[in-house]
Amino acid sequence: MNTIKTTCPYCGVGCGIEATVEDRSAHRVSIKGDSNHPANFGKLCSKGATLGDTVSLENRLLYPSIHGQRVNWDSALNHVAERFNAIIAQHGPEAVAFYVSGQLLTEDYYVANKLMKGFIGTANIDTNSRLCMSSAVVGYKRAFGADTVPCNYEDLELAELILLVGSNAAWCHPIAFQRIRKAKENNPNLKIVVIDPRATASCDIADLHLPVKPGMDGLLFNGILTYLQQNSRIDRTYVDTHTDGFELALSEAMTTAGSIEQVAAGCGLTTEAVSTLFDWFASTEKTVTVYSQGINQSSSGSDKCNAIINCHLATGRIGKPGMGPFSFTGQPNAMGGREVGGLANTLAAHMDLENPEHVDRVGRFWGSANIADKQGLKAVAMFDAIAAGQIKAVWIMATNPVVSMPDADKVKRALQHCELVVVSDCIANTDTSQLAHVLLPATGWSEKDGTVTNLERRISRQRPLFPASGEAKHDWWIISQVGQRMGFKDAFNYQSSADVFREHAALSAFENDAEHQQRDFNLSAFAELDGPSYNALQPVQWPVTNQQTAGTARMFADGQYFTANRKARFIPIIPRPPVNAPDTDYPFTLNTGRLRDQWHTMTRTSLAAKLNAHRPEPFVEIHPADAERLGLAARSLAQVQSLWGSMLARVELNSGQQMGSLFVPMHWTAQLSSHGRMGALVNPVVDPQSGQPESKQTPVKIKAWPAQWYATILSRRPLQITGAEYQVSVRGDRYFRYELASTERGKDWRAWSRNLLAAVEHREDDHCWLEYSDQQAGHYRTAYLPDHELQACLLIGPDCELPEPGWLGSLFGKKELSRAERLSLLSGQPPKGEADIGRIVCSCFNVGEKTIRHAVQAQQIQSVAGISACLSAGSGCGSCVAELKEFLPKPS
Amino acid sequence: MKLKLVVIGNGMAGMRTVDELIQTAPDRYDITVFGAEPHGNYNRIMLTPVLFGAKSVADIMIHDFDWYLKNRVTLYCGPDKAVVDVDRERRCVIAHDGTCAFYDKLLIATGSLPLMLDIPGRDVEGVLGFRDIADVETMIKKAASKRHAVILGGGLLGLEAANGLLQRGMQVSVINRADHLLNRQLDHKAAAFLQRQLADKGIQFHLGTTIQRIDSRDRHISAVELSNGQVLPADMLIMSTGIKPNISLAKRIGLDCQHGIVVDDRMRTSDPAIFSVGECVQHRGELFGLVAPVYEQAKVCAQQLAGQADSQFKTLSSATMLKVTGIDLFSVGDFEGDSECQILQLIDHGLGIYKKIVLRGDIVVGVILYGDTSDSAWYLNLVKESTPIAAIRDRLMFGRIPLARAA
Repeated sequence: MNTIKTTCPYCGVGCGIEATVEDRSAHRVSIKGDSNHPANFGKLCSKGATLGDTVSLENRLLYPSIHGQRVNWDSALNHVAERFNAIIAQHGPEAVAFYVSGQLLTEDYYVANKLMKGFIGTANIDTNSRLCMSSAVVGYKRAFGADTVPCNYEDLELAELILLVGSNAAWCHPIAFQRIRKAKENNPNLKIVVIDPRATASCDIADLHLPVKPGMDGLLFNGILTYLQQNSRIDRTYVDTHTDGFELALSEAMTTAGSIEQVAAGCGLTTEAVSTLFDWFASTEKTVTVYSQGINQSSSGSDKCNAIINCHLATGRIGKPGMGPFSFTGQPNAMGGREVGGLANTLAAHMDLENPEHVDRVGRFWGSANIADKQGLKAVAMFDAIAAGQIKAVWIMATNPVVSMPDADKVKRALQHCELVVVSDCIANTDTSQLAHVLLPATGWSEKDGTVTNLERRISRQRPLFPASGEAKHDWWIISQVGQRMGFKDAFNYQSSADVFREHAALSAFENDAEHQQRDFNLSAFAELDGPSYNALQPVQWPVTNQQTAGTARMFADGQYFTANRKARFIPIIPRPPVNAPDTDYPFTLNTGRLRDQWHTMTRTSLAAKLNAHRPEPFVEIHPADAERLGLAARSLAQVQSLWGSMLARVELNSGQQMGSLFVPMHWTAQLSSHGRMGALVNPVVDPQSGQPESKQTPVKIKAWPAQWYATILSRRPLQITGAEYQVSVRGDRYFRYELASTERGKDWRAWSRNLLAAVEHREDDHCWLEYSDQQAGHYRTAYLPDHELQACLLIGPDCELPEPGWLGSLFGKKELSRAERLSLLSGQPPKGEADIGRIVCSCFNVGEKTIRHAVQAQQIQSVAGISACLSAGSGCGSCVAELKEFLPKPS
Repeated sequence: MKLKLVVIGNGMAGMRTVDELIQTAPDRYDITVFGAEPHGNYNRIMLTPVLFGAKSVADIMIHDFDWYLKNRVTLYCGPDKAVVDVDRERRCVIAHDGTCAFYDKLLIATGSLPLMLDIPGRDVEGVLGFRDIADVETMIKKAASKRHAVILGGGLLGLEAANGLLQRGMQVSVINRADHLLNRQLDHKAAAFLQRQLADKGIQFHLGTTIQRIDSRDRHISAVELSNGQVLPADMLIMSTGIKPNISLAKRIGLDCQHGIVVDDRMRTSDPAIFSVGECVQHRGELFGLVAPVYEQAKVCAQQLAGQADSQFKTLSSATMLKVTGIDLFSVGDFEGDSECQILQLIDHGLGIYKKIVLRGDIVVGVILYGDTSDSAWYLNLVKESTPIAAIRDRLMFGRIPLARAA
C-alpha cells in the first residue's frame, strides 16, 4: 500500500488528502482527509471524498490529435508552434490568446503566463478565474496596493461575528463552512449573518438572514460605514495612521446610504433586519466578512468588495486574529493563478503591467525584450475578439468556456469560426473540446505534480498517485515544448515541475525589498529549493521568506500596506444596481450558482454516481407563488429565456427564493443535457474594473414547456437515444439514467423501447420483457431482463409524476431479481416490506430521504445528532446537515 | 318439544346450513338428512386432488358418519334413500325405498347436475361427467389401463380433469367450443398464457370446435369425431360443459321454479315451510356455482331456521378464485370492459404473469390476475365497494396499498 499526501482539486478551501493507491494499473485508490492538513484536519466534503470514483480512464483524453486524426506529440507540438508563429507573423501577437484555468497547477500557470506575456509579447492570456474572483482581486489591489488576502481559517474560529455575503459556503466551501459551524457550537456568542437574495443551506446556522435585493450589497455596506460614523464607532487612530481617502468614501456612503430606512428601502429589507446587522457590526470587534461569487459576479463587483473593505479599514479590523475582509475563491488554484499573473490585467508574481519598473524587472528576470507592457483582453472581451476575427488562434487549457462563459452560445459560435482552436484537457468530450482543431491530452488530478494555493494563501503540493495515462503530459511540459518550438529554447528548458516552481519562487523574491518597494508575494525561502525538498514541501502560507521560513498566518498586522505610502486606501462607492433590470418582457432576475455535489462543468464529478444522486438534473428554483401564478408545476419542465439564449429545467419550488427571482445551477453541459447550459442565458455584462461578468443577474422570462410525455430510462449500458427533444444523462451506480421529455405526441412505445433498450436478438423474445400499460392515462413502462438480470427499464408518463428511480437503480446491483421485485419493478417502488431509501440526501453514507423520514418517525429523533447517531447521515462532510433539519419534527 | 327439520341433499350447501344451525340453535330441531350418494358429506371441490392421487376420499370428508351420530342427526343415504316425493300437505318426505320423514321445516339442497350434451353415440360406457366420487372412481379405474382421455369443455372443471388425468399418465385432449379457455373467467390474453402453460405440460387443445359424434366398440367409447372432421382416439370422454340446477323434485312438488328453485332474500321458496340453498337455487335471477356465496346462503338460511328473522342474503359480485394445476387465477366482474372502460395491464412474460384491471371512470369493475393472485382479496374489495381509485391509479396494478395512502 502506497499512501500519498496530496490536495483536493475542487474548491478554493484546498483540503489535504491522504490517498492510498490500492491498484495502480486499475486506477483504484482510497481517499481520506489528511488529518494533519491545516485546511481541513482530516475532513472532506462529498466531492473530495468521492475523488476515487473520478480517476478512471472513462472519457479521458489520451492521445494528441489534429482535426480528429490521432498524431504523435512531435507533430502536434510542431503544428501548434508553427500555426501560432504563422498567425503572429501575419497578424501580430495580438491575434493570439490563451484561455486558461484555476484548475491548472501553479507551475502550469506560470509557464503559460511566461510564454504569452514574456515571449509572445501580449497579455492576451486570461483565465476562468475571471468569472470567479477577479473583482476580489481589484478590491484588494485598490485597497491594499496588492492582491493580498489578509485572513485565514483560524480567524473564522476566533471571530464573534461572521458575515457570509453572497456566499453559500455550506455548498460551495463545505469544509470551511463546517469549521464555522463547529466554531459556533463551541462559542455561543458567535453570530452568523447571511446576506444573500436566496435562503441557502448556509442559512442553517445563521442568526440573521438578509435577503438583499439582487446586486444591492454595496448599498448595505455603505450603510454600515455611515452607521459606524453616526454612532462614533470609527477607529480614528487607525484611519489616520494607516489609511487614505476616508473622508471621500464616507461622504459617498452618507450620500447614498444616509439612514437605515434609506438602506432598507434600497436593499428590499426590513429596517429591523438592517438595524440589527448595523448594530452587530458596530459593536463586534472580531468581525470577519466572508464574500464570494455573490459579490464578485456583478457589474459592480469590485466596488462591492471595496464597500466591504472600507468598513473593515474604518474599524481597524484587519490583520488581527478573528477579523478581516475574507474573499472566498472558487477554484483549487485561483490563488496560484493570481500569484503567477494568469489574469490579462496582471503581469507576474503580483507585479503590474501598468508599472514600467515591474515590466522592466520581469523582462530582465526572464531575459526577454519582448515582454507585454499593457493589459490584454479579459475573458468576455477575448471571446468577443475571437468572434470578431481579431484573435485568430486560441489555446484553451483545462476549462470549458462553451459552458461557463456568459452568452455561451456566442462563445460557441466564436470558436466555431476561429482559425485555430487548441484545447489541452484531461477530458476527451467536453462542449469545448468538440470545437477544437488540435487536442492535447493533459494529465489529470491523480497524475499531476505541482503546487496549488488555497484561499488563505496556503501553498500545498498536489502529488501524482498514478503515472500519466495514455500519452498525457503535464501542462507545463506541453506549454514549454510549444514555447521551445516557437523559438524560445532556453527560456522554456524545464526538466521538472520543481524547476518551474524554483523559478517562480525566485521571481517573487527578485528585487523584492524595501529599496525596490516591497511586494506582498514573496517565496524567497523556496528560490533554491531542491527536488527532494520540493517533493516533501509541507503546506505553508505565503509570504515564505528567508527571514520567515514558517510562512505568514496573517497579513497587515503592522498596518503597513503595499501602496507607495504604505497606507491602505478607502474607495468611495456609489452603489449601482445590475446593468440589465427586469422589465415586462423579462420580468425575473436569474441567479446562477453551484450545487453541493457537483463541480464546475461536471466533467469529473459526474463520473461519480454518488455525486449525481443529490440533484441529478438541471433545475430552476422559483418561489411557489410565482410558480402558481405562471402555472408551473413542481418537477415539470420550464423554459427559461433571456435576450441571449434559453434553457429547459425542472421546476423546483422553493420559498427561500425571492419572488421575481430564479436560480439555476451552473453545472450542466451539452454532453449531459440537451438544453441545460445556463451559460447561454447569462448577460455578457462585465464589471468595468475587473471585467468579471454579471453572472448572477440576468433578466429572464419563464414559462411552462408543453411536454406531451416524460420518460425515465435506467440502462446497464449507455444508450444512444433519439426521438426526445429534452434529454439529460446521469451516471448511476452500475447504470446510466436518462431523463427524457418531448413536445411531440407519443409513439408506439413498445416498438420504440424494445429497439432502444435491447440487443437485436432479444427484441421480439417476449420472455425477456416486463410490460405495464395504462394507455388512456398515457403510461407505458417496460423492463428488459434477459436471464433474470435487469438490463434496462423505461417509464413513460404523460406528466412529470414518474416514480423516483432510487430503488430501481439499486436493482442493477443484483444478479437476479426476486419474484416480488419483478412484480414491483414497474411501479418503481420496492415490494411491501422492503425499504425504498428515496432521493439521496447524505452522499457520504448514501442515506436517502425515506430512510431518514422513517427513522425520525419510528425512533422519535429530535435532533440532527440523533439522525447521525442512527444512520450516520450528516456525520461525514456535514454538508447535508441543513437538509437533515427539515426532517425533524417542527416545534409546535 | 323440538321442531322437525328435514334436509334433502347431503352436500356442501345443505350440511353447511345444518352445521351453522347446530352452532346457532343446538336444541331447536330434530334433524333428518337424505342423501343419494352412499357417503357422508364431502368437499366436492377437493375431487380434483383425489383424481390426482394427492388425497383420498377419507381425506375430503367434511362430516363422516360418526359426526351424524355424535350430533344426533339422522342420515339416510345411498341410492335407495333418494327422495322421490314430498307431501307438502302432510309435511312429509318420501324416499325411493319408502322411508318417510315428517317435517316442520324442509330444506332442499339438491345441488346441480352436469350438463350432458346430446351428442350422437353418447350412451356408451366411458362417457361421464365430473361431479361426484363415483365419477372420480371411474376415472381413476380407467386411467390405470386406458390411454386416451378427451375432455369436452375448457372450463375450470374440464381443465382440472384434464390435468388430473394427465398426472395419471393419460394422453389428454381438451375440446372447447369457444376459441379460448375459461372464457367465462379469462380474456384472450390470460387464456393464451394458460393454454401455453398447459400445452407445455402436454395437454393438447382443440379450440373453436366441438364433438359431433362419439364412436364406440363393444358399447365402449373408442373415438370422438370433431365438428372440424378430425377424429381423436378416446377411451374416456369427460363432459364438463357446465352444470344445471337439480330442480326436478322441486318442480314436481309444485314449488316456484325457473332455471333454479326461486328463493327470496331469506332463502325461502314459494312454500314458507320450505327453504332452499346451494346450486339448485335461483336468487334474484342469479344461479350459483361457487362455494363462497353458497356458504353465505347457508349462513342466512341457518339464521332464519334458528328464528333470527333479520338476516338476508345479498348476492356478492361473482369472483372466480381458482387454481389450475399450480397456476393461480383470479377474475372478477367485467374483465373485458366496454368502449367506455379503461384498461390497465401488467405482463411479466418471463414469469408468466398477467394482470388486468378494468376501470369505468375511477371505479374498478373487473380484474383478472393470472399467475399471481396474492392481492385478489383487495381487488375484490375494490370492486365490491366501488372504491374510487383515481388517487392510486398509478399504484393500483402493483398490489394492496394501505387505505391511508390511497386517501
